[in-house]
Parts: sequence; structure tokens; C-alpha cells
Amino acid sequence: MVNRQQLLEKYEAEKNRILNRSGDIALGKKEILVCAGTGCMSSKSLKIIENLEKAIKDNGLDIDVHGTGCFGFCGKGPIVKIMPDDTFYSEVSVDDAEKIVSHLAKNEIYEEKLFINPDTKVRATTTNEIPFYNKQVRLALKNCGFVNAESIDDYIGAKGYQALALALEKSPQEIIDIIKESGIRGRGGGGFSTGLKWEFAFKNKADQKYVVCNADEGDPGAFMDRSILEGDPHSVIEAMAICGYAIGASEGYVYIRAEYPVAYDRLVKAIKAAREEGLLGKNILGSSLDFDILIKFGAGAFVCGEETALISSMEGKRGEPTSKPPFPAEKGFWKKPTNVNNVETLANIPQIILNGADWFSKIGTEKSSGTKVFALAGKINNVGLVEVPMGTTLREVIYDIGGGIVDGKKFKAVQTGGPSGGCLTEEDLDTPIDFDSLIQKGSMMGSGGMIVMDEDDCMVSVAKFFLEFTEEESCGKCTPCRIGTKRLLEVLVEITEGRGNMKHIEELRRLCTVIKETSLCGLGQSAPNPILSTLEKFENEYIEHIKKKKCRAHSCNDLIQYLIDVNECVGCTACKKVCPTSCISGEVKKIHSINQENCIKCGACKSTCRFNAIVVR
Amino acid sequence: MPNKIKVNLNSSHFQELDSFIDGLETTEGELISILHKAQSIFGYLPKEVQIHIAKRVNVPVSRVYGVVSFYSYFTMKPKGKYHISVCTGTACFVRGADAVLRDFEEELEIKSGETTKDGLFSLDSLRCVGACALAPVVLINEDVYGKEDAKKVKEIIQKYMKINSEG
Ligand SMILES: Cc1cc2nc3c(=O)[nH]c(=O)nc-3n(C[C@H](O)[C@H](O)[C@H](O)COP(=O)(O)O)c2cc1C
Ligand code: FES
Repeated sequence: MVNRQQLLEKYEAEKNRILNRSGDIALGKKEILVCAGTGCMSSKSLKIIENLEKAIKDNGLDIDVHGTGCFGFCGKGPIVKIMPDDTFYSEVSVDDAEKIVSHLAKNEIYEEKLFINPDTKVRATTTNEIPFYNKQVRLALKNCGFVNAESIDDYIGAKGYQALALALEKSPQEIIDIIKESGIRGRGGGGFSTGLKWEFAFKNKADQKYVVCNADEGDPGAFMDRSILEGDPHSVIEAMAICGYAIGASEGYVYIRAEYPVAYDRLVKAIKAAREEGLLGKNILGSSLDFDILIKFGAGAFVCGEETALISSMEGKRGEPTSKPPFPAEKGFWKKPTNVNNVETLANIPQIILNGADWFSKIGTEKSSGTKVFALAGKINNVGLVEVPMGTTLREVIYDIGGGIVDGKKFKAVQTGGPSGGCLTEEDLDTPIDFDSLIQKGSMMGSGGMIVMDEDDCMVSVAKFFLEFTEEESCGKCTPCRIGTKRLLEVLVEITEGRGNMKHIEELRRLCTVIKETSLCGLGQSAPNPILSTLEKFENEYIEHIKKKKCRAHSCNDLIQYLIDVNECVGCTACKKVCPTSCISGEVKKIHSINQENCIKCGACKSTCRFNAIVVR
Repeated sequence: MPNKIKVNLNSSHFQELDSFIDGLETTEGELISILHKAQSIFGYLPKEVQIHIAKRVNVPVSRVYGVVSFYSYFTMKPKGKYHISVCTGTACFVRGADAVLRDFEEELEIKSGETTKDGLFSLDSLRCVGACALAPVVLINEDVYGKEDAKKVKEIIQKYMKINSEG
């Protein structure tokens, strides 16, 4: 496309097709959308697409099937939607494809696969009737689960690249002002004003500048950024081009984890399509803007999510951070001014340009405008990708959207901010989710991981889990982090293995403070957070482990015993047969016993026993 | 993009790597992408390959080794025919991933990061494959096992032994 006019013509040509798909108009043609995100693909959604297409052909129907990005409701995947009717099928299997199509042929709904509301037991016919979606507002995920990520025509039909066209008619400073006024803050964890950051990069004069998209997504158990790249890569490309225009950069890089093959594939295809349409390259849309995007691979190092480490890694080196200042906006990639933004931050930019700063700043709270995407997982019924306005409470996310705790168990804590964050408990549930409230409560927003824990989770073990992670991921450059995290982990191992003493608690606190204050980068500075927050909220559990050698969640193997309940055991010998260390003895129809010395606490006996005769203490 | 696992140190592989390097505009800053390519060709990054790359890129071998050992994605040991990765991301952790990893270790009699003597299985852990709804998640080459299926460690191993013996 050579100019804005042609873009608008193309939009007019594609628009109705897309509006039909969103259910806003009805052209009389049906479309089937199938989630082709990593989650649903792991449950064979690509095979479902294949079977749907075959069934459509066999029935001689004229229906298009599209693989789209994530619908968000991963816990009930694979998900199939019929548009424009908005029929929502959940937990669809490969064999259901034929039935879905044969019902469609008769204009009927395949009741069996409709989502059942767990409270009312009523089947939801459309997406709107599903409580999971009720409190969500999709901005960053606007196109996910809607457009086909591999079709640039779809994206253009959904107003794609119009923000870029609009931006090119303004001055860079005007763009920066819009971004500043919108109040958007970085979604990668830091929460720094995006507009200010762009302004710094803009004001630093240089012959070359760079735009970098941080798609490293290091938080283990978070999948927001990958889902955006898988479902809507063009929004990130468009935003990078806008940023390039605003700060005066002609080159952009996406730094992406090598572990994200699907996101990588779709991004490569999207970049290629954008180039072919003249939306990347020279004189974009007839303007003076030259901008192109290249991809750099990460290679599995959490610290590379930190912007200075990421830049070292982009230069082909060990991903070690450097002290700031200088900030990347002054001296970044190849020592040139570089603007680093997170994927989700970027995905919001086209919307802000199209709808205005005012529109965006009215969503969310005063100091944290817009929405935030969370990867809700752990012991929660509705595992998935959730996008809510800032200021929504944790309770709303966990209970109204997340559907509460699995198996009706008791909620214990929720971890936000991944290994750099902290846990929040029952008493924090009414905290509004925004950058500042979470910090105030001893956690942080982080990039959007949200892991829910129930009564069966031992909080000391959770802290240990995160410290195992940071200790392994510490790059080793600065001493407080390299040795400090190791020592913290050693202490936690002592406590969970029954060798703890009360001095350990003091030692943990002291070490945590030193590491926080003296580490070089954010990794070390935040590594103690999981310990500090569990110590604050669950100190009693630490003390129980130390003084009573007891783990109330029965998860620390060295502090539990498997015993046979003499009142329940019928002597069926089932446990004896499955015990891998042969430490259970007993005759048929006689009460059995477990030799504690050889027991490895694998739990095989307990899961085998049909009489509830194995107890853990 | 790293794909299927191949293990072979023959000269045609070196040629393939060389032509990749020759095709680059500059090798400046490209060490990591060269290593990715090398690992996809050879399956792993043994000493010989690292020395070769150092010469080609004109940097000390210690720099190449420094980068290889820094990133967990790079491996200096060959992987098994069936490479098992147990997800130990947070979502999988709270749903029992540590027990799954332990079961694999016991069943295969190797530690995470090792390969069985017959070269059939290798085992390691990774952090979040992005299918947290299926937690705990186990990846075997490209196959994904989740929830209850992931816990049937014995069955999984037997399945692959059977596939292998049937050729
Ligand atoms: C240890 C560590 C890990 C980080 N990991 C990520 C990450 O995976 N993704 C990300 O976007 N930002 C990450 N960050 C934040 C980046 O340094 C940087 O602030 C961010 O990419 C800037 O983009 P934003 O302003 O759009 O958030 C991390 C920071 C630290 C200290
Ligand atoms: S934590 Fe295992 S798939 Fe996400």
C-alpha cells in the first residue's frame, strides 16, 4: 500500500467480513473460530480445525474456519466459536468436529458442548452468558481469539494499521504527548510512564536509534505476551512502527524466547506480510518513515528480561545487566538510544492513538490507566488469560472471573509478580489491582503472572520454589545476588527438611534486606520478595516447620509420615503391591504397617487405598 | 528455529554451519544466532563445534564457552531420542510438577539434565510451556501431556519404548 487512502479502501473492502465475525452485522455467512494458541493446540485444536474443514466439505457447506489467538478461557479449552451467532463450545474434542458441523448444517446448536454455568447449571448459548467474560475488558487482547493471526487482511479489516496512518500525519512530539496523556505505564513490570520513556529516547540525538520489543516473558507460569504475539502479532508490529516514528528510529527488534516456536512463526509471517503491503520498509504509507523489524532469539535466561541484560544478549553476549544510568534511552543497543517496551504495553498503543488519550485514561484508575492482562493459573477453576480494568479487585478476578478454588478448597494466597513479587492473602482480596496498591501490600504487579494457592500449598515451600528459580537464574555478576540467593535457598532447605532453628528466621530477614539494597539489577533486588512476604503473612508456618517439625500442608516430605489407620485397614494388600520400596508389610485380611525407615513418601499407597486407611501426618 | 534433534559430528554438518555463517551480513553480535543454528544442526554444542565457531567468528573460545554455558537453552550434552521436559513453571509446581519430575528420575534412573545410557531418553525441566491450564505439563519431543496423563510416568515411558522397538 502506498498511502493512507489505499489502506482505507482495503479496510472498507474487509470491514464487513470482520463485522460479521464479531456479530455486529449478519451477512448470513457463518464462520467457525477455533483457538490456535499454544494452550488449545496442546489439546489438539489444529486437528479439530482439520476435522471441521473436512466435515464442512463433506456436507457441501460454505463456511470458513479460522484458527485464531487465545480466547482466554484456557481451562475449558479447546474452544470453538460459531460466528456471528456467538455460540461458544468448550472442551471440544477431535470427534466433536463432525457433530458441530452436522448441527450447523441444520441450523441447530450442539447442546452437549455448550459451557455449563457451574452455579446455575444452565448451559450458556453465547459468550456473553459466561461469567468468566463478564468483568473483562479487552484492549490489549482485543483481536486475540477474533482475527486470524496469519492474515493481515483480517487485521486491516479490524482497523489495523490505521493508527500508524494517523500517527504519520502528526508530529513525533504530538504522538509522545498523546502517549503521555493517556497515562499508560509499562506492562513489563516496572510500571514506568511509556510516554516519558519515548520522550527521553526522542530527545537524545543520534544517527541511529532502536525500538526493542521485550518478548522474553521470563516469569515462569505466565503466558500473556506469548498469547498476544500468537494471536495478534500485527498490533505489536504497528506499535513498534509508531514508536519508531515518534522517537526517530528506523530499526526495530523483537527479542523473543526460543521456547516460543508458535509465537515466533506467526511473528515472522506477520512481519513478512507487513513488508509486502508496504507497512514496513521504506517510505511507509507515502511518508518519510523508514522502519523495519528484525528478530533476535533469547536462549533461556530469566535475567535477559531485564532491559540492560537483554541488550547485552542482543549483542550476542552473556546476558549480564549493567548499572543504570546510562539508561537504554541514552546508551542502549550498540550504545545508541534504544526504547525498550514490553509486548503488552505495545499492544495497547494503536488503540490509544485511534481512540485518544482521554478515552484510555478514563479506563482503570487515576494513577494506573487502562487494563492489565493476567495469566491466571494454579488452583483456580478457570485457568486462563484475563484482561481487566486496573482497579478491579483480586476477589473479582479470583472468584467472579476465575470461578473460585478447585475442588471447593480454601483459598490461601495468590502470588503476583512471579519470582520478583509476593503473596497476598484473604485479607488482601479487596485490594484494587493497580501498580501502587500491590506494592503497598508487599507484592507487585509484575508482568501479569497470577498464581492461586490453596490450603494444600506450603508457603515455605513456595518461597523455596521461587528461590530455587532465582538462585539458578542469578547471572553471577554481582556478589549479593550470586551468593546471597544461594544462602537464602540453603536456609530454606534446612527449614523444610527439618533442620531449622529460630535463628534462621532472623538470618533470612537480615540477608533479604542486604540483598535488596546491594544487588546490581532488579533480579537480585526483588529476589527476596517471596521470602519477605511469606515471612510477613505466614511466619507461623515457618515457626511450625522449625519448632514442631510440622508442615501443615503435608507438602514437605521430610516432615511428614505416611501411617496406616488401624481402624480402616482391611488388609487388602493393595498398598503393599504398589509400594516401590517394599516397605509395607502385612498378611491378607490383617492390618498392614509401614516401615518408616524405608518409606520414600511417594504417596503411591495413599492413592491406591480404597478404604482411606492411609493417613498423612 | 531449533527443531528436530539430530546428533552427528560429520563434515557435512560443519559445511551446513559454515554456509550459514557465510550468509550472514556480519558476524558482529550474531554469536547467539550462530549457536542456535549450530545446535539445531548438531543437536548439541560439543567442544569441537565451539572451537570451530570461535575460529570462524574470530573470538576466543572462552567467549563462545562463556555464552554457551550462560544460557540454559544451549546444551553441551547430546539429547536422547526422546527428550522429556517436565515443566516446572509456577502453575505446574503448585499442581505437583516436582513429583512428576522425581518419578521420571526414578523410573529412568537418571537425574534431570542427563541422558539414559542407551541414548533413548533424556530428561530436563523447563519453565512454562504456556499450557498452564493443563498443569502439570510434560513435553516429549513435540508431544504434550497434561493433567492426569502427565502423572502416568510409567505408561508414558513404556509407550515410547514400544514406539522405538516397533521402529
Ligand atoms: C529480572 C527482571 C526480569 C524482567 N523480565 C521482563 C520480561 O520478561 N518481560 C518484560 O517485558 N520486562 C521484563 N523486565 C522489565 C524490563 O527491564 C523493562 O523494564 C521492560 O521491558 C520495559 O518495558 P515496559 O516499560 O513496556 O514495561 C524484567 C526486569 C527484571 C529486573
Ligand atoms: S507453568 Fe507449566 S505450562 Fe505454564
